[in-house]
Amino acid sequence: MRHIISILLENEAGALSRVAGLFSARGYNIESLTVAPTEDSTLSRMTIVTAGSDDVIEQIVKQLNKLVDVVKLQELTEGAHIERELMLAKVKATGDAREEIKRLVDIFRGRIIDVTDSTYTLELTGTVEKLDAFVKALDMTEIIEVIRSGVTGIARGERALSA
Amino acid sequence: MELTGADIVVKCLQDEGIDYIFGYPGGAALHIYDALYRQDKVKHILVRHEQGASHAADGYARATGKPGVVLVTSGPGITNAVTGIATAYMDSIPLVVISGQVPTHLIGDDAFQEVDAVGITRPCVKHNFLVKDVKDLAMTMKKAFFVASSGRPGPVLIDVPKDVTANKTEYMYPRSVKMRSYAPVVRGHPKQIRKAADLLLNAKRPIIYTGGGVVSADAEETLRELVQLLGYPCTNTLMGLGAYPYNDSLFLGMLGMHGTYEANMAMHDCDVMLAVGARFDDRITGDLSKFSPFAKIVHVDIDPSSIGKNVKVEIPIVGDAKSILEDLVKELHSRKQQPEPGALKQWWKQIDEWRGIDCLNYDRNSEKIKPQYVVEKLHEVTQGKAFVTSDVGQHQMWAAQFYGFDKTRRWINSGGLGTMGFGLPSAMGVQLAYPDDLVCCITGEASIIMCIQELSTCKQYDLPIKIINLNNRYMGMVRQWQEFFYDRRYSHSYMDALPDFVALSESFGHRGLLVEKPSDVEGALKEAFAMRDQLVFLDFITDQAENVYPMIAAGKGHNEMHLNPGSGEPPQERELA
Ligand SMILES: Cc1ncc(C[n+]2csc(CCOP(=O)(O)OP(=O)(O)O)c2C)c(N)n1
Repeated sequence: MRHIISILLENEAGALSRVAGLFSARGYNIESLTVAPTEDSTLSRMTIVTAGSDDVIEQIVKQLNKLVDVVKLQELTEGAHIERELMLAKVKATGDAREEIKRLVDIFRGRIIDVTDSTYTLELTGTVEKLDAFVKALDMTEIIEVIRSGVTGIARGERALSA
Repeated sequence: MELTGADIVVKCLQDEGIDYIFGYPGGAALHIYDALYRQDKVKHILVRHEQGASHAADGYARATGKPGVVLVTSGPGITNAVTGIATAYMDSIPLVVISGQVPTHLIGDDAFQEVDAVGITRPCVKHNFLVKDVKDLAMTMKKAFFVASSGRPGPVLIDVPKDVTANKTEYMYPRSVKMRSYAPVVRGHPKQIRKAADLLLNAKRPIIYTGGGVVSADAEETLRELVQLLGYPCTNTLMGLGAYPYNDSLFLGMLGMHGTYEANMAMHDCDVMLAVGARFDDRITGDLSKFSPFAKIVHVDIDPSSIGKNVKVEIPIVGDAKSILEDLVKELHSRKQQPEPGALKQWWKQIDEWRGIDCLNYDRNSEKIKPQYVVEKLHEVTQGKAFVTSDVGQHQMWAAQFYGFDKTRRWINSGGLGTMGFGLPSAMGVQLAYPDDLVCCITGEASIIMCIQELSTCKQYDLPIKIINLNNRYMGMVRQWQEFFYDRRYSHSYMDALPDFVALSESFGHRGLLVEKPSDVEGALKEAFAMRDQLVFLDFITDQAENVYPMIAAGKGHNEMHLNPGSGEPPQERELA
């Protein structure tokens, strides 16, 4: 099962490697990991997408909680939540493809953020599924590069993660 | 007044009430060494190898319950200490390790004697710090002691660059510390405790299985009260020996790979298990799919991640073992219900049958010195009152099986990491903490060589440790596995070219005794212990072929033990539900 774990941790050198080290040392898998400081500069917020049986996820959560740098932790997938991922893509855009790609980007509510004679650079946010679908829809187009940020997420409603 | 970082480190140690630190100097630590020189409150013990420093501090911590302190230099200083840090980590022993580091402006430059100490130790410390600003130093020291010794204890490293030890700031040692990201739970949940009491009172085949957590929580008194209140059988892990007196009738001995027949069989057949401060390690459980198939488990542990990690638990209780056992005893006192006497009687009858096979038997008429005999005699000669450290191998198991402990913190061994070389340096830490007590190190000829350099430290500080070398000229435990599982192909388990241990000890300024006949064992022990102020190295030439029994081979269950050929017949199959 796929799980999203949201972590509030001390914004300290080494905190990220403690988390990453925990996953590698114990053989847990990481699908994606994002981290950045929050509005409070002493804290970072990290989102980890992982997969495993219930037992494994329980251990992951407990082991993360045990790290001295982890202030609080929330399993987003336990309740209603919103997840988003940002994708930037550079594609070949010449001839008819220029119009076609533009239409496709509109349909997916993306944006073209950079243009040259022969390329577009696209920006799209959404769920993992939406980004996957977009990449699939680009099908015929020649993709030069794609970069995805990894998932970040937040709980719906009043549920929140704060220190 | 402004102090240098080096003076602050030492002041913090003083203010923390530290009496001994164990270390070895080098460039990056020299300012701190200079600060040590200018005071006499904190006594520094100069070891002969940094592994010895971390083991000695560890032994001190295990014997006293107070954190052990290590001071090493950067680079090879800290890498040498890592084995001891990992040893302490695996057994949840509080250590504070201070390592010198190259100056901050050189970090990352591959400077002379630079290693990423924080990176190297990360997987084997509870937490670690790199102090970049002298202003953070005192607070970091405070945090290190707090984290190391609270909750589930463990080693904490503080890496201090040399310039930080030279820089100055105002010194104030924080009286207390609060960390928003670290707040260990102490009290157990009352509802869980009530549920545990219900389950325990309705048990038909109960067992109480306890580990190192009872030792680190100093919960032995309460454990005894609980066991006696219920009249239930109790077994201790290798790490937990001494928590329940070895000679009480409710005690089944140690459990696990080399545990007693009765302890392992009772673990297998039990219907209710109370596990306290134990972590269901693979050396305890054997094959998990065969582990205690009928048991409903109550698991008490300070570390939530220990609960449910290896086995499914009915009633988890997170918190300090002592406080939870106290609450449980109170709860049981408040109940009218008693354990069902009929069922309990039946259970004890079964256990006594298991006991009847005498699984720890050995040949008492042998012409050769049996290692078990040496350990039994050691108990007699020391009246069971010695602190016993050990190394790793067969001798460790015989020490655990045959010495007989009735107090915690007396049996000091590397259970989790299984570190050969632990015995002698840890004994130094114990002897320093308890100068008037008997301290012995039960070791093997392979293990003792791993930290033999510490004989020199023992000389310098007059530590009258008694070394009990069970010398079988083999890496006995390796040889045993090769005998059982590799068709007797004794690949590199033979110790060729051993030193003359008597001459070796004497060259370090100690006494040595060679003992070759069973009839000389007792006399030699008495002679050695009569030399109160001397380290004596007793080299017992033991039976090379002796094996440790019982044994649960890897992949086997508790009811599938190898028994010593001299054991009685195991009782018939039982019907259980
Ligand atoms: C540092 C280290 N290296 C290797 C091992 C693997 N090992 C476990 S027991 C053992 C043999 C120990 O031999 P000895 O000290 O003579 O004790 P004996 O088993 O003969 O009593 C070895 C090599 C270990 N535990 N620790």
